Amino acid sequence: MESTFNLSWVDYTIMLVYFGFVLGIGWALRRYMKSSTDFLEAGRSIPAWITGLAFIATNLGALEVIGMAASGAKYGMATVHFYWIGAIPAMIFLAIFMMPFYYGSKARSVPEYLKLRFDEKTRGFNAFSFAVMTIFASGISMYALALLMETLLGWDFNFSLVVSAIIVLVYVYLGGLTSAIYNEVLQFFLIVIGFAPLVILGLINIGGWEGLSESLVNVAVRNGFEGGAWIHSWKYMGSTTSNPMGVEWFGVIVGLGFVLSFGYWCTNFLVVQRAMAADSMAGARKTPLIGAMPKMLIPALVIIPGMIAIGLTSMPEAGFNLPVKGTGYDYDKVIPMMLGHYFPTGVLGLGLTALMASFMSGMAGNVTAFNTVWTYDIYQSYINKNKSDKHYLRVGQLTTIFGVVVSIGAAYMARMFNNVMDFLQLIFAFINAPLFATFLLGMFWKRSTGHGAFFGLISGTLAAALHHGLTAPAGAETLVKGGWLGTVVHTYPSEMAQNFWTAIYAFTAALLITIIISLATKQKKTDEDMKGLVYSLTPKISQEDVVWYKRPAPLAILVGVIALILSILFW
Amino acid sequence: MGLDIKIPIGLMFTILGLLLTIFGLATGGNAELYSRSLGININLWTGLVMLAVGVLMLATVKRKPLKKE
Repeated sequence: MESTFNLSWVDYTIMLVYFGFVLGIGWALRRYMKSSTDFLEAGRSIPAWITGLAFIATNLGALEVIGMAASGAKYGMATVHFYWIGAIPAMIFLAIFMMPFYYGSKARSVPEYLKLRFDEKTRGFNAFSFAVMTIFASGISMYALALLMETLLGWDFNFSLVVSAIIVLVYVYLGGLTSAIYNEVLQFFLIVIGFAPLVILGLINIGGWEGLSESLVNVAVRNGFEGGAWIHSWKYMGSTTSNPMGVEWFGVIVGLGFVLSFGYWCTNFLVVQRAMAADSMAGARKTPLIGAMPKMLIPALVIIPGMIAIGLTSMPEAGFNLPVKGTGYDYDKVIPMMLGHYFPTGVLGLGLTALMASFMSGMAGNVTAFNTVWTYDIYQSYINKNKSDKHYLRVGQLTTIFGVVVSIGAAYMARMFNNVMDFLQLIFAFINAPLFATFLLGMFWKRSTGHGAFFGLISGTLAAALHHGLTAPAGAETLVKGGWLGTVVHTYPSEMAQNFWTAIYAFTAALLITIIISLATKQKKTDEDMKGLVYSLTPKISQEDVVWYKRPAPLAILVGVIALILSILFW
Repeated sequence: MGLDIKIPIGLMFTILGLLLTIFGLATGGNAELYSRSLGININLWTGLVMLAVGVLMLATVKRKPLKKE
C-alpha cells in the first residue's frame, strides 16, 4: 500500500498550515482565560451557530468517519439509521425539553445536574465513570490514528501519537473550551472540503447514483440478499434475515432510536457541554438544532464513500479492491483505500489533513469534557473544596496536561492489549445504557429520589451485563461478544441486534427500579430545591419578545420534517 | 470572546485554496498525476472552491466586534 501514498511538499505544506492555524487559535484566545468559567465553560458566551457546529464536529471523530464508511460498505444505506433515526429525534428532544434544565440550572456539568437534582452518590458515580470513559475514548482514537499513519505513510507510531497529542494539548491548554469549540468549527469545514472531492470522484467513476445502485444490486445478490438490500434504509427492516445488519424495525426504533441515541445525545457531557457554552438560553436550545442540519447530510460524506467502495468491488474494470481480512473485507480500510485510489498529491494532503482534523475534534472534545468534570465534580467536590477561582483555573489547565498524558497511556494500552480495550468499552456501554432513564425521571417526575436514581442506575448496568452475559451474536467466538455466564439463552442474528436489545433491557430495568425505590423512599429535596431542575416546578420560558421564526420550536419542526423527507426518499 | 472565528477559517481556506489552485495550474499538463482522479484536475477545482469559501468568509467579517445584546 505504501506506493499509493507518496506525499510531496504540497501535502506536507497543507498539514503544516493546518497545524499552524489550530495552534494559532489557541494562542489568540489565551489572554481571555481569566477565570475557571472562561476556561472550562467558555464563559457561556459563544454564538449558537458556532456551538451548533462544534456540537456535531466533536462527535465526528476519526473513529466515526472510518467506522461509518466501514458500515456503509458492510450494511449499505441502512447505516443512515445512525443519523436520521439514531440522532435527530434525540437532538430535538434535548433542544426542546432538556436544555432548559441543563442551561437554566446552576449546574456546570451533567454530573453536577445529578447532584443538584438527586444526591452526591449519583453525581459521584456518573462523574467517575464519565472521567474514566473519556480518557479511554481519547486514548483509543489516538491509537487508531497513529496506527493509520503508520500503515499508510510509514510514520513512526510514537511520533504520530505524541505529535497529535501535543497539538491538542497545546491548543486546549492555551484557550480551554473556547479554543476546542472554535477549532471544532474550523475542523468541521476542513473535514467537509477534504472528503467532498472523494465522494464526487467516486460517484463520477461508478456512474452516478444509478451506477451506484446497479453495482449495489450485484453486491446484495452476491451476499444472498434481495437486490435492494444495500440501497434501502427501511424497506428490508421487516425481519432480521432480510438485511445485512441483522436487525429489525423494533430494535432499530426502540433500541437505537430511543435508548442508545437519547442516552448519548441527551446525557453525554461531551456533546451537552457544547450547548451549555452558548451565550443565551435560546442559543443553548438552538445548538442541537443547528447541529442537526449538517448532521443529516453527513451520511453523504461518510456513508456514500463506503457504499461506492463496496460497489466498485463488483466492477473489476474500475481497478479498485478492498483488502481482505479473515473471511471478509477489511472494512476499516475503506477511507484510506479510497483516498489513495482517487487523490493525487495535493488533495491527498488535504484528505489526510481532514482525517487528522476529525481525530483532533473528537479528542479535544473528550479532553475538555474530562477537564470540567475532573475540576468541578471530582477535584472541587472531593479533593479540595473552597479554594479561590484562580486555583480552579490553574487546576483546569493542569488537568489538560494530566488528561492528555493519561490518554497517551491508554493508547499504548490499546496497542498492547486489544481485548482489554474491547472489554472496557463494553463496560462503559453497560454504564451508559440506563442513564437516560435516570434523566427522564429526574426531569419529568418530581417524586423520583436520590436513592431511586442511584440504585436504578446500578440495576440498569447490572441488567445490561446480565443480558449480555446470557446472550450471544451468531458466530461469536470471544467472551467479549457475550455469553460469558456459561449458558446462552438467546442467540441474536448480529452483534448490533444484541447491542440494541442490551440497551432496551438496561433502560427498562433502570426505569422500573428507579420508580419502585423512589416510591419506597422519602423525597429529601423540597420543591424549592428542584425549581429549575424539574419540568413541573420550573416556570415556562417566556418567548413573547422573540419573533416566532427565531424560537427553537419552529426550527425543531423544520429539522424533524427534513429528516422525515430524507427517510422517505431513501426508504 | 474577542476573536471572530470567521477570520482564521477564512484565512486558512484562502491560503490552502491559493496553494492548491496554483499547484493545480502548474501541474495541469501532467496527465499521469491526474489519471487517478479520472483525468480531472481535482487540485485546481478543490483549490478554487476553497478560495471562494475563504474569501466569502473574510468578506462577511464585521469590522467592529458586535456588542453583546
